[in-house]
Amino acid sequence: MFDNLKIVFHQGKQFIPDVTTAKVPGIYRGRPIISGVQVNEAELQGLCPANAIATKPVSIDLGKCTFCGECALRFPEKITFTTDYKISTNERERLIIKEGDEKPVEVNPETVRREIHQVFGRSLKLRQVSAGGDNSCEWELNAAINVQFDMGRFGIEFVASPRHADGIVITGPITENMAEPLRIAYDAVPDPKIIVLVGTDAISGGLFADSPAIDRGFLDQYPVDLYIPGNPAHPLTIINGLLDLTRKKELIRLIHPV
Amino acid sequence: MNYIRITNHQTIPVSDIPELDYKSFFELNTGFIIDHPERHCVNYFGYHEDNHIKLICCIADDETHEIYVSSCCTAIQSKLQAFTSKLLCFEKFEREIHENFGLDFIDHPWLKPVRYAFNRADKTKTIANYPFFKIEGEELHEVGVGPIHAGVIEPGHFRFICNGEQILHLEIQLGYQHRGIESLFLKKKSILERATLAENIAGDTVVGHTSAFSYLWESLCGYQASRDMHFSRILALEMERMAIHTGDLSAVCTDIAYQLGSSVYGRLRTPLINFMQEWGGNRLSKGLIRPGRDQFPFTSGLAERIKNIFDAFEPDFNEISDELLKLPSVLSRLERTGVVTPADVQEIGAVGMTARMAGINRDIRTSHPYSLYPELNHEPILKHHGDVYSRVLIRRQEVNQSMAYVRDLLNQLPEQTTTNTELGKPKANSFTLSMIEGWRGEICHCAITNEKGDLVLYKIKDPSFHNWLALALSVRNNEISDFPICNKSFNLSYSGHDL
Repeated sequence: MFDNLKIVFHQGKQFIPDVTTAKVPGIYRGRPIISGVQVNEAELQGLCPANAIATKPVSIDLGKCTFCGECALRFPEKITFTTDYKISTNERERLIIKEGDEKPVEVNPETVRREIHQVFGRSLKLRQVSAGGDNSCEWELNAAINVQFDMGRFGIEFVASPRHADGIVITGPITENMAEPLRIAYDAVPDPKIIVLVGTDAISGGLFADSPAIDRGFLDQYPVDLYIPGNPAHPLTIINGLLDLTRKKELIRLIHPV
Repeated sequence: MNYIRITNHQTIPVSDIPELDYKSFFELNTGFIIDHPERHCVNYFGYHEDNHIKLICCIADDETHEIYVSSCCTAIQSKLQAFTSKLLCFEKFEREIHENFGLDFIDHPWLKPVRYAFNRADKTKTIANYPFFKIEGEELHEVGVGPIHAGVIEPGHFRFICNGEQILHLEIQLGYQHRGIESLFLKKKSILERATLAENIAGDTVVGHTSAFSYLWESLCGYQASRDMHFSRILALEMERMAIHTGDLSAVCTDIAYQLGSSVYGRLRTPLINFMQEWGGNRLSKGLIRPGRDQFPFTSGLAERIKNIFDAFEPDFNEISDELLKLPSVLSRLERTGVVTPADVQEIGAVGMTARMAGINRDIRTSHPYSLYPELNHEPILKHHGDVYSRVLIRRQEVNQSMAYVRDLLNQLPEQTTTNTELGKPKANSFTLSMIEGWRGEICHCAITNEKGDLVLYKIKDPSFHNWLALALSVRNNEISDFPICNKSFNLSYSGHDL
């Protein structure tokens, strides 16, 4: 008993007080900025292993980017990755960062379905389905609920049964072998429900987009409510995205006024 | 000689691999392993060559530090005597060959699909109609779990046959994660594309798989990695081992409802993976390791950071571990739960931690040493009971061991000599085998090139390929409620298996 109390005491305070303003350490690769410098655009485009770079003008699609950072290493004058981890949005086209774009990637409150705030504004329970994910995004989703990131404090939690859930979180490019179980899980979630895609693989298929072993038909049938990019997505990207979607940040500002 | 001896990371001409008729191939490779506990099969695969199928078998010998490679050509519709009829450790390799090429193996106990690959020979077999083993009886019932599990984990289906609360048999059906990675290795041509693919084989073993790919590719191109590259890779590999073991200890604590352990181990993992981000920009080390390059040179500033992180990590880690391993309520859940006997481990050819927990000394860092491991004088940690407790102890001690290795490495920071040159074209008509001891165990990548130096085969074997069967054996005669801790104590990879 006393040993356990001693251990608790030794941990100190571990939680991140304000997850909306926390800084990530080191050289994190978050939202990129593309300068107007002239470079060999064909070479830059050919370099990208995920076909995320388009030219004229140069743009990076964060829904395809694997955040390997190779473009920034080879063309440092053209592309820099900032430590801004808030890159979740509800609009697919907002993930495309164009030359000279420096504005943050955000959830557009105008286009979020109305019932999301009304119904899930206070509590959001999610069923996670890994459909070919390599266990990195699953890892970071688990990290988002640990004692440090502690997403549970905002009333956002993962549940075991889709019947208890308000939506599903998909990771992975959706393999052919997982297509059917994914659809069954989604059908089991009561209405209204949301779909969240976490990670590059889920958003665009990523490196596996042209693999014959995947089947992304599911996403053609249902609307996606939130895109959380990354390979894997950082816990802070995940939490901030979900908070924006459910408009919980207004509540946080009451506790932590800027 | 009817086989060739090679060492880890060595490239040889494909034509140097002797080609045998099936009967001699069978006798040679089964003969290697029968009565030789120091040998096991690290890879056995087939590929299309002209109008037949070529089989290549690689047997590692831990005493001579060599790998014995032999091959055999067979017609597409062949019926062959199964290696498995003599040795169970070939079971999954033969199932994979059967699934991909339709070769029939006589006297194989269960030629069931492995992962329902998109390019399998028989498309009428689908993942929805897997032929599960059945036992009929009024006392028995079946429990099906998955493919979607209660937690945030990867998909796979577990079918238990139980007598009341007791598990008689568990069959594990995988394949849900199959993304066709091996085919993509051939389709995607640039080194960077292939390196990022290697990173995505299993997101929890990024360093392991990417190093295996990098060493393989450098060997194929005739490139010698410099000391600073070796340094970065080994350091990252040992950091990965520490981070995952710490996280898995947290998961074991969660499953026995020891909340304090779960929280403390969970939070202790964070500084380790955050360090990887400080160094290479990604918490799981994606983007850190590339063939022929030292992407993020290791600086003395980073060395200071690690030392500080370890100084804070070590007392807290030891404190919670000591507490965990003396609590009677914890020990009663861990001891004698999920036992796999040394004989079973040997028979199924388990590798890595799963072999070492049952007293079998199988560790690529000593048996097929590479890079800086000879300098570290690595001594594998062995346990002998084969239960959850042994696996927990191994993880605890390997964290301390890896920490000591990292500190050792930091005493001698290498000079930055890597020039980051582009590697040339791989050698034509070559075969390379690359093994790395990841935190789960031996990762083996093999590649074969054609006369133009293009890849014709890329074969990946994650340690989970061998070890899933150990999990299935471990739960026999246990209560079904103990399945979660058995599972977490192994923590095997679904995506690494399904590819």
